[in-house]
Amino acid sequence: MNLRKTLPLLLYILFLLVPIYWLLNMSFKSNTEILGGLTLWPQNFTFDNYRVIFTDPSWYSGYINSLYYVCLNTVISLSVALPAAYAFSRYRFLGDKHLFFWLLTNRMAPPAVFLLPFFQLYSSIGLFDTHIAVALAHCLFNVPLAVWILEGFMSGVPKEIDETAYIDGYSFPRFFVKIFVPLIGSGIGVTAFFCFMFSWVELLLARTLTSVNAKPIAAVMTRTVSASGIDWGVLAAAGVLTILPGMLVIWFVRNHVAKGFALGRV
Amino acid sequence: MNKVPNNKAWWLVLPVFLLVAFSAVVPMMTVVNYSVQDIFDQSSRYFVGADWYRQVLQDPRLHDSLLRQFIYSACVLLIEIPLGIAIALTMPTKGRWSSLCLIVMAIPLLIPWNVVGTIWQIFGRADIGLLGASLNQLGINYNYAANTMDAWVTVLVMDVWHWTSLVALLCYSGLRAIPDVYYQAARIDRASAWAVFRHIQLPKMKNVLLIAVMLRFMDSFMIYTEPFVLTGGGPGNATTFLSQTLTQMAVGQFDLGPAAAFSLVYFLIILLVSWLFYTAMTHADKQ
Repeated sequence: MNLRKTLPLLLYILFLLVPIYWLLNMSFKSNTEILGGLTLWPQNFTFDNYRVIFTDPSWYSGYINSLYYVCLNTVISLSVALPAAYAFSRYRFLGDKHLFFWLLTNRMAPPAVFLLPFFQLYSSIGLFDTHIAVALAHCLFNVPLAVWILEGFMSGVPKEIDETAYIDGYSFPRFFVKIFVPLIGSGIGVTAFFCFMFSWVELLLARTLTSVNAKPIAAVMTRTVSASGIDWGVLAAAGVLTILPGMLVIWFVRNHVAKGFALGRV
Repeated sequence: MNKVPNNKAWWLVLPVFLLVAFSAVVPMMTVVNYSVQDIFDQSSRYFVGADWYRQVLQDPRLHDSLLRQFIYSACVLLIEIPLGIAIALTMPTKGRWSSLCLIVMAIPLLIPWNVVGTIWQIFGRADIGLLGASLNQLGINYNYAANTMDAWVTVLVMDVWHWTSLVALLCYSGLRAIPDVYYQAARIDRASAWAVFRHIQLPKMKNVLLIAVMLRFMDSFMIYTEPFVLTGGGPGNATTFLSQTLTQMAVGQFDLGPAAAFSLVYFLIILLVSWLFYTAMTHADKQ
């Protein structure tokens, strides 16, 4: 490897990692050490901040709530997007292009616009403060994305496979589940990753649609601000714990990520 | 691929259509409803026509945040797109290093947006943050909470930290799709590195680049959480972007009518720009 080429990349990766290191570093410090002065690594290594989170139900229930609605959303998004993406990749039908663009426009709607109407809509149908409400609300931007990515992957599968299967006497549902879905397995994995990611990082809608029972971790984190100032150590520990699920998910799809970012169109 | 005309395909699209319509059309109609009425409570509401629109289009506060928003989005695109391309070009193509690079670069994308704000809040503080403290050690008076310029730079750097990876990963996957034959041909022709980039890599990246520009424009134009956590819109109104102004209007002051009217204007701006990108993209697909 020549240095001239790798050095900028290394610098960039360093730039990415240093703020995260600082968060990690802080999560292992006590508050007195954090406020006492600048130390590059924890002098008195402590797990106290993590202990607070894992023993206090109001903290760890935040993680459970978030994971619950994120998984729910991923399942819903995938199961409705799969047939739709198949339709878009194989057939021409009335208004298909307009429908596709309309779907994409929903990713463009500023969430700030939808906050109050969403609150009223979900309150009026009695779904306020439930996990399913957040999962459904996140479908607004995840389903279009899922259709978009899956359509790219499906277009890469030759149409002869469909035709052969039909000639062999497969019905559409059987062909779809038995043959087609396994063929685009990596595409489904990547789509699930994207749905997970966008639902996990979203805060505004999740916070608006919940109060107690389904409160996401991102909203619980604002609790660290109290009368005695901000509890930096616990805040940092909570931050570190929000990074972990994403890293776990990306580990599973690491071999397909590059293709996934091309939205399957490579 | 030539597609078969078949209107029965609508049945396959129907679930998506219903699900998204439920979450999109009903709230959107509610917003439209707000924007043409003056609402005091459930029973007393008056139709005011286009009054709110007239009012918000002359509101200097909204003009200011719209202007800030455009400057911000322009800065974001100007920094992140070239930087992302440059990083994608230097990324290793094979082996363990490339997957390690991919994973490390995807980390910022997977952090909840308010935590991104928190990370930079901690990192930039002059008393407990590495960045703030070291800048002050170097003799630069840096305080993102009090100084307008510092706040702007911090929000921009945070965005670059957060999203450049997305551009880089999109470009990277575009680059991977170029067959080796192209490079071999270029080597035979003794093409310079610039020529390879200009005539082989850039044209092949065109599609993913358009997606990257579109996503980055949309998301930076709708940015809310990160600056809200980092600076709270301050100092003064220096980093109060459009979503935040709107949320203040709708939730804080309960000025539903003007907020709704401006929301629609906001949505139309994004829609217009995105439509231009989309048309350019599908046009490029055909060629």
